[in-house]
Amino acid sequence: MADSVANSTGRSDDSRFVRIDRLSKHFDEVAAVDDVSLDIKKGEIFALLGSSGCGKSTLLRMLAGFELPTSGNIYLDGADIAKMPPYERPINMMFQSYALFPHLTVWENVAFGLKRDGMPKEQIAERVESMLGIVKLKPYAKRKPHQLSGGQQQRVALARCFAKSPKLLLLDEPLGALDRKLREQTQFELVNIIKKVGVTCVMVTHDQEEAMIMADRIAVMQEGRFLQVGHPREIYETPSCLFVAGFIGDVNLFKGTVEVDEPDHVVIGSPECRHYVSHGITGTREMQVSIALRPEKICLQKHEPTIEQRESPAEHGYNCVRGTIDGIAYFGQFTLFHVKLDSGTVIKASRENAARHEDTKLERGQQVYAWWDGSDVVVLLN
Amino acid sequence: MNIAKSIGKNGIVRFLKRDWGKRSVIGIPYFFLIMLFTVPFLVVLKLSVSETDGIHFEDLTSYADGIFNIKIKLSNYIFLGTDPLYVETYWSSIKFAAINTVICLIIGYPFAYFMARSPASMRPALLMLVSLPFWTSYLLRVYAWKGLLDDNGVFNNLLMWMHLIDQPIKMMYTGFSMTIGMVYTYVPFMILPLYSNLVKMDLRLLEAANDLGATPWKAFWLVTVPLSKNGIVAGAMLVFIPSVGEYVIPELLGGPSTLMIGRVLWDEFFSNNDWAMASSVAVTMVGLILIPLAIFNKYQADSGGVRGV
Repeated sequence: MADSVANSTGRSDDSRFVRIDRLSKHFDEVAAVDDVSLDIKKGEIFALLGSSGCGKSTLLRMLAGFELPTSGNIYLDGADIAKMPPYERPINMMFQSYALFPHLTVWENVAFGLKRDGMPKEQIAERVESMLGIVKLKPYAKRKPHQLSGGQQQRVALARCFAKSPKLLLLDEPLGALDRKLREQTQFELVNIIKKVGVTCVMVTHDQEEAMIMADRIAVMQEGRFLQVGHPREIYETPSCLFVAGFIGDVNLFKGTVEVDEPDHVVIGSPECRHYVSHGITGTREMQVSIALRPEKICLQKHEPTIEQRESPAEHGYNCVRGTIDGIAYFGQFTLFHVKLDSGTVIKASRENAARHEDTKLERGQQVYAWWDGSDVVVLLN
Repeated sequence: MNIAKSIGKNGIVRFLKRDWGKRSVIGIPYFFLIMLFTVPFLVVLKLSVSETDGIHFEDLTSYADGIFNIKIKLSNYIFLGTDPLYVETYWSSIKFAAINTVICLIIGYPFAYFMARSPASMRPALLMLVSLPFWTSYLLRVYAWKGLLDDNGVFNNLLMWMHLIDQPIKMMYTGFSMTIGMVYTYVPFMILPLYSNLVKMDLRLLEAANDLGATPWKAFWLVTVPLSKNGIVAGAMLVFIPSVGEYVIPELLGGPSTLMIGRVLWDEFFSNNDWAMASSVAVTMVGLILIPLAIFNKYQADSGGVRGV
């Protein structure tokens, strides 16, 4: 691995378009961002996901230039930008509140950045028209921000960000201010526009759905550190730790001890049942571990699972619990069942609502068997 | 609020009965204003157009021999409009008021800006410091400047003691001394509305401006100043309008070269005892202020419209 990011032409390679190198930000003694390093590919949409106070906004602000790092470096396309003031960086940010200039029209808002660059008038006009066309706001060019709806204001903010063709686009909770229906619509529109323009994008959000839908890769943050960085599927299906498993979506957690440790399978005993995991783990016998199981991987049925239903005969007798249905939450597309086990633990199982399940309709108080495949679980240490 | 319905047979009674609680509460200040402002102003207006022998004022209207007479004497106004001294005095008042406003703005804006950007915990203390002068007598504060600027006042004595000058610099009874006094008195009136406007500004707009390529200096002129327009106008009007008719400061600190309409008014009332002329002077002054007043009202109404998004 080369020490320097730049190759002979002075530009970085595209897989390390944005390079965050051991970046830290301390406020008094508290480390808001704690020694993080990250490479972001050119053209990718990268999400920083975490709850409030995890440091994601501080990291974004350091990328934008509004905070000076306490230590570490930031490289954009090979250039060291950590100490550059925001008005010199080829980066533009879309604020959560949009921060549109209330005293300027939509047209003037979009043109603002271009005028700072000293672009000739005709070029500015051309560019502004083109931007307004992309976000479909041409007829509103002469209006002032307070005369627009929330969704329209967001599109103006977006047009303003794209106007200067930045190398990096920063989004701060881009859909936070919109209502649910508009949010769904906008998520896809936004991704389409960003991909069409081809700009590298870093977004910050506390909404895991938003991150999962919009981002190519996600970094889950807590207390200023990255817990896991990967594609949405990786984060969901193979969380690296308990926090990540619990943060994204629903999860059932079982605590247990490793009883059998083979290269191709592991058996773990827990108070609820014995688990057969159909892959090896880095661990030893007698180790205390947690098992993470997603609700949609669980099958609910009134009778015990037969050996034919199983993925492999070796699993028969494992990965199965008995309980009663304690609660039902109907979400339209799917139903979430709370199943109270004989041991007292409550697990969540979900099932898509398709008409053919009518004959196996489950009701409150009904006794059920919940079972799953050995390939569906993840074993976690902490 | 259907006015057409109110103007009916029992319309007045209905009008008064409906929402009588609200109306009587609003009615009290209205009544106050009418009794203590509108009526006295109308009296002054009447005095300015009445025929007089110096002591008694004739009625404007009279009825004799079947003829209804209305006598409005315009000679005072004509005199005001044509007498070069009066015209110059009005003009000088506006000029000094304008200079006062501009200097107050130049000094007051940085003050207000610094206050608005200081940590929130410090702001109440700063506000108190700005309003502290109002706790002492206005007359005494203006008078104190006399002690400072006089030929054997503090500044001159200090400069002579340091041997920088031999003769005292004549600072008193000039436009310079009067302007110092005016600015000193009126600067808080500029700072407070400016502060109240600046403190409400969304600072993320400045971040957005920086993000789009504007240096902090540019961001100030392109974002902060335009957004503080309402505050600037409010402050300017609060300074300009009273400055035009200012009496005490020109009297104590001004001199023969500082013609101000306030002093002329005083002279007409108390030296010449020409109440009719004095009333005309007063009414004309109000007329001169009407335009700035209208601008002020418009900006007050507008300030509810545009907010930071």
